[in-house]
Amino acid sequence: MNRLSFAPTFALLLAVLGVGTPARAQDVLIRGAKVHTMTASGTLDHADVLVRGDRIVAVGNGLAAAGATVIEANGRPLTPGLFGGITGLGISEIEQESATVDRSALVGSGASGPGFVPRPEFDVTPSFNADAVAIGVNRAEGITFAMIAPSASGTLFAGQGAVARLDGSSNPFIAASRTQFLDLGSSATEGVGFSRGAQFMVLEQATREALPGKPLQAGDVRLLTPTGREVFARYLAGGRIAFAVDRAADIRQVLEFSAQHGVKPVIVGGAQAPQVADLLARAKVPVVLEPLLDLPGTFDQLGATLANASRLQRAGVPILFTHFSAGTNQAHKVRQGAGVAVANGLPWDAALAALTTTPADVFGLGAAAGRIMPGSPADLVLWSGDPLEVTSYAEHVWIGGKAQSMRSRQTELRDRYRPTGVVAKPRSP
Amino acid sequence: MSLQQLGGAALVLFVLAAQAASEPYPSTYQRPASAPVLIRNATVLDGTGRRLDGADVLIRDGRIVAVGTALPQGEATAIDAQGRWVTPGLIDVHSHLGVYASPGINATQDGNEATDPVTAGVWAEHSVWPQDPGFATALAGGVTTMQVLPGSANLIGGRGVTLRNVPATTYQAMKFPGAPQGLKMACGENPKRVYGERKQAPSTRMGNVAGYRQAFADAEDYQHQWQKYEAELAAFDKKKGKDRDPAERPTPPKRDLRLETLVAAMQGQVQVHVHCYRADEMAVMLDLAQEFHFKIAAFHHGVEAYKIADRLAQEGVCGALWADWWGFKLEAYDGIWENLAYVDAPQNGCAIVHSDSDEGIQRLNQEAAKAMARGNRAGLSIPPERAIRWVTSNPAKALGIADRVGTLEPGKIADVVVWNRDPFSVYAQPDLIYIDGALAFDRSHPPGTPRSDFLLGQPGAAR
Repeated sequence: MNRLSFAPTFALLLAVLGVGTPARAQDVLIRGAKVHTMTASGTLDHADVLVRGDRIVAVGNGLAAAGATVIEANGRPLTPGLFGGITGLGISEIEQESATVDRSALVGSGASGPGFVPRPEFDVTPSFNADAVAIGVNRAEGITFAMIAPSASGTLFAGQGAVARLDGSSNPFIAASRTQFLDLGSSATEGVGFSRGAQFMVLEQATREALPGKPLQAGDVRLLTPTGREVFARYLAGGRIAFAVDRAADIRQVLEFSAQHGVKPVIVGGAQAPQVADLLARAKVPVVLEPLLDLPGTFDQLGATLANASRLQRAGVPILFTHFSAGTNQAHKVRQGAGVAVANGLPWDAALAALTTTPADVFGLGAAAGRIMPGSPADLVLWSGDPLEVTSYAEHVWIGGKAQSMRSRQTELRDRYRPTGVVAKPRSP
Repeated sequence: MSLQQLGGAALVLFVLAAQAASEPYPSTYQRPASAPVLIRNATVLDGTGRRLDGADVLIRDGRIVAVGTALPQGEATAIDAQGRWVTPGLIDVHSHLGVYASPGINATQDGNEATDPVTAGVWAEHSVWPQDPGFATALAGGVTTMQVLPGSANLIGGRGVTLRNVPATTYQAMKFPGAPQGLKMACGENPKRVYGERKQAPSTRMGNVAGYRQAFADAEDYQHQWQKYEAELAAFDKKKGKDRDPAERPTPPKRDLRLETLVAAMQGQVQVHVHCYRADEMAVMLDLAQEFHFKIAAFHHGVEAYKIADRLAQEGVCGALWADWWGFKLEAYDGIWENLAYVDAPQNGCAIVHSDSDEGIQRLNQEAAKAMARGNRAGLSIPPERAIRWVTSNPAKALGIADRVGTLEPGKIADVVVWNRDPFSVYAQPDLIYIDGALAFDRSHPPGTPRSDFLLGQPGAAR
């Protein structure tokens, strides 16, 4: 048999065996867990969760399923998979090596270079690499979904991102989650005139170009490309725009702009958001915040405290957590941030909601997502202890009903260099 | 080393000691007056590796007087610590508070004198802005002592300073009396990137090593010049009467602040702290230290320290590490959660949790908790009374102040944290913090806790 004839034969064999078509995940029964349902049912102390295919089909007591893989939780906590925040997972391997980073459309030209054109049409999703080491590391820490976002690299328009489920598939993006990212404030004035006024001037012009009914005349100075106009128009007509902004005055501007143009805004950062909490709550505008921020990294962040999360939550502002300071590879640190927010006044359930239900709702993942109820996607984490506690860790992670590998490049290194004579603690069954 | 050389070394030691006695930029720190305090019925992690349940801690005149059960109250104020935990004040060996202050704007970038790869003559303390709001937030996390270091842009970045975490208008009033200075050196990517981008040496790792070696070779030469001068001066001083012509009095060599620092390192008068990520590069630095007769106190960052844990322990070099930072550059790619636990594991292993971050310094206890939990999962057996050493006595050792702080042994300076619960928890917070026996922080009375001048009258200032 030569190579030429082998290939089709092999392909036929695969087809006969059914290999290559998505195998149905085996049913899973998780028994006796402390189930944080994130629904009106609250927390169930010794409950069972049955997973069939990629969905949760039952939550209750005394569940049984023939042929299911049974996991005895022994009272350990079960939560929906956690949100990893606004990240560069899959589009950034090593942040200081530009050859491994695909986060912006500015590489090479620079935001302030001559002929710089804002590119709202830039989309990070085609760059996504499901094999990035950081994805495996974060997934084993219980992070099952994250917003994969572009970086504005110091200018106004960053481009488009979307939420990915970190299940290792090559197209893990959820269409409804697509979001346009804009950076405002003191750290994003390069390339747009070095002032906030210039940021809003450019934003207004881009909006005017994109809005229907305002056709451009020949000879008009144009800011956006034709594709850019088309893409930006979609986000103006009821689309979602995430504004990275901290200063209270800038947040007010964002709210006005959004109301005027029918945009669904999401505030990312929002260090001074508690000062305008009533406005945010009234407009139901969510804030994605770093719960560990309590120092003014910039003047825009003056006044931020560890109580920001609890102040916003009390005012009725939907909150989501992200982790900024240590970078994308440590997205999982959002869990610690959530715990710190609890230590500073946020109710525990609200902290877990900021990592589960709220991101699912804000990014349009579906009414059952981020929850444990019949019909929910079976994205689940079984924890060694309190899921917000720093001494706890994920013991089992499922995405779409499939048990995920708990191994990563880090566990390979851990095991290779384990001190002589030390025997690993077996994973609880 | 010949006898003559030994004599010369002793002389230089004498000269440097004399310089130290005059101590330029001296500490003006004063221990505040304080009444005796008896902390009662706490779970005490004393920093030596011991845990005492239901124990009392007696503090008087700024010192730990006793740790034990049912201590007599005497005239001390009693604090009921039932259900609470007591530890030594936390110590961070790697901070840039004050030199990279908040807000992080152009005006506050004072941590890297990145104009020459060897700036051993600069002292981080001369960049410290005491109004950095980060000092107060670090205190709220239980940090009572820290070393502020220059950054890692340079091969040899300059001297670090050890500070008491007390509010002050001058850094001298924070300076830990009698603590040795540190010397900051850096391996790997940072120096070669900073200077390589300018088409200047070093642009490679071999350029880095040649840079350290030339600097220390110059320092040896400088040391010999001073030894020669000391010998000539001694001979001159021996002469009597008419034999002694004042015109023949030897003149000292011109002081070179850069080389003076390196000589101090070779004399063991400053603690050498080396920013280094990779195991192989740490091994090169250990050889460098041998070549030029200095001792490395600690490798900082050391994300691959676990690969050479046994050697670090044998050579008595600490690893000042993060719990979970990794992968932001290639030399950090092999970071693992178990690094601290593996470095701690060998006999004489010296693991330290360090921050290098104004956020991380606020929760060194949580970083230790993460590392402890992952170490235990990997099969080690690390109780809290062992892991607390990573943020107390081990950093004190690396800073050369272990005889004064880092444990709750009688006679030690009374830097004490009363936690609301087991500090190895994300929910733990200091309730009370004593520095030198004086109450420095009280969570129940926020207006009494330190607050930078910079934050007064700013938005959101009410708290």
